[in-house]
Amino acid sequence: MRYMMLIHVDPATAPEPDAALMEQMGKVIEEMTKAGVLLDTNGLRPITEATKITQTGGKQTVIDGPFTESKEVVGGYCILQTKSKEEAVEWSARFLAVHGPEWDIEVEIRQIAEPA
Amino acid sequence: MSPDQSAEQARRAVETVWRMEWPRLVAGLTRVVGDIDAAEELAQDALVAALEQWPRDGVPPNPGGWLMLTAKHRAIDRVRRNQTFARKLAELGHELVTEQPDSPEPDNAVEDDLLRMMFTACHPVLPEQARVALTLRLLGGLTTEEIARAFVVTESTVAQRIVRAKRTIAAKRVPYEVPGSDELPERLNSVLAVVYLIFNEGYSATTGNDWVRFELCQDALRLGRVLAELLPAEPEVHGLVALLELQASRLPARTGPANDVVLLADQNRSRWDRLLIRRGLAALGRANAVARDRSLPPGSYALQAAIAAVHAMAATPGDTDWRRIAGLYAVLAERFPSPIVELNRAVAVSKVHGPAAGLDLVDTLVTAGVLDTYHLRYAVRGDLLVQLDRYEEARAEFTRAAELTGNKAERALLLDRAAASARRASVAGEIRSGGT
Repeated sequence: MRYMMLIHVDPATAPEPDAALMEQMGKVIEEMTKAGVLLDTNGLRPITEATKITQTGGKQTVIDGPFTESKEVVGGYCILQTKSKEEAVEWSARFLAVHGPEWDIEVEIRQIAEPA
Repeated sequence: MSPDQSAEQARRAVETVWRMEWPRLVAGLTRVVGDIDAAEELAQDALVAALEQWPRDGVPPNPGGWLMLTAKHRAIDRVRRNQTFARKLAELGHELVTEQPDSPEPDNAVEDDLLRMMFTACHPVLPEQARVALTLRLLGGLTTEEIARAFVVTESTVAQRIVRAKRTIAAKRVPYEVPGSDELPERLNSVLAVVYLIFNEGYSATTGNDWVRFELCQDALRLGRVLAELLPAEPEVHGLVALLELQASRLPARTGPANDVVLLADQNRSRWDRLLIRRGLAALGRANAVARDRSLPPGSYALQAAIAAVHAMAATPGDTDWRRIAGLYAVLAERFPSPIVELNRAVAVSKVHGPAAGLDLVDTLVTAGVLDTYHLRYAVRGDLLVQLDRYEEARAEFTRAAELTGNKAERALLLDRAAASARRASVAGEIRSGGT
């Protein structure tokens, strides 16, 4: 089973990850890799650089950032291949656990649709 | 949520963590107590302790370390309590009792334990089926029931294989170690072969009703990826991972809506898994780079992965660079000759030089009397005969192929092709007789 963990943060309150955190996250990612469960992961560039295309009534509008009012945006993702949802949840918990108390952070775990 | 539900949820969480940590736990404990059976028992004891404590106190921040420490404490308790067990652990008891329980394990010790376990479970002294069962049990964390289901055998068969394998390991004094550099390449072959065997059983099951068993493929992929992290300097490990990722990328397109077989040329390539293709190509790049660094020629898995990569990069079957594939098969046939390679080479040659050239190669195999019971030899020959409008002969080949496969979905496909050939044979016959 594949799961995508979407890491949500509020750009208004999220601190810059410091070197210690980067190292800790690196360790969890290494652990996931060594366990053979990590398929892909990356952080996303800040929402201020994003572009949105909306389509209503067949009409498209392209809007460039910054979207400063955005709350709880996706800051990064991991794609995991695990035996069960519980395992994906456990890995995600380990990923969150390295973040200090200054972080308000949330992980959304979604199963990727696959043929049965 | 009711208390029952939350208790159930806690139990599942504990079991999950335990299964995730199981291979490392058993591998580490085997090093400490020197006996796989005892290590498994201690690991299970640790689970019981976790089931008692975690739902109440929460999952500890370092669950793997917690389980290892608990298991070691249990080992000490047993040494003190149980004289039989104490004898077994005679020389280790002192070390266990006196060891500082909270001394941190060096990071690479755990990885070394996993590797040792891999080489022990895949030791050539064990029959192949035992190696597979033991690897899935000890390193894949599968239960005997799951292994039995995957290989369509009874649970007691799997249990027996595992018990016998462990007994053999003890009786033949198989060392719990990673072989030295002089022995490594040969022993590594056995490890890689086991992982590939597990994958293949999932990719095209030899028996049973299902054509593909995704979970078994995933277990093999996971084992391969673990191995690649453990032995990053071995090109063939990356070669095998590349091959597995690339082959697995086609899995979603390999079965039709009725669980029927869809062959490579007929697959909907938009259903191929792009992420796995990318991972496969990256692993192949690593395999080649590591081989170059060590001045080694590409290995068998890397060559097969290179062939899979050519298919992966063709947007349509017509875009396939068959010339390159035929060339890679020629290298493969020269360096790692086998009838199966020759059979695949025949297909590639037929795409480049026409069906008659391919048939010549297959007929060399037929004359040599090899692959006589291998269904794909008949299927390939049938396919080439169809292209040469020799339908009656093709029908006979497909029929024989259908008789020889143990897989239901594959048999259905082959019988379909036999029937289609029979129809075309009779049409061709009518045209001929109508013309005279």
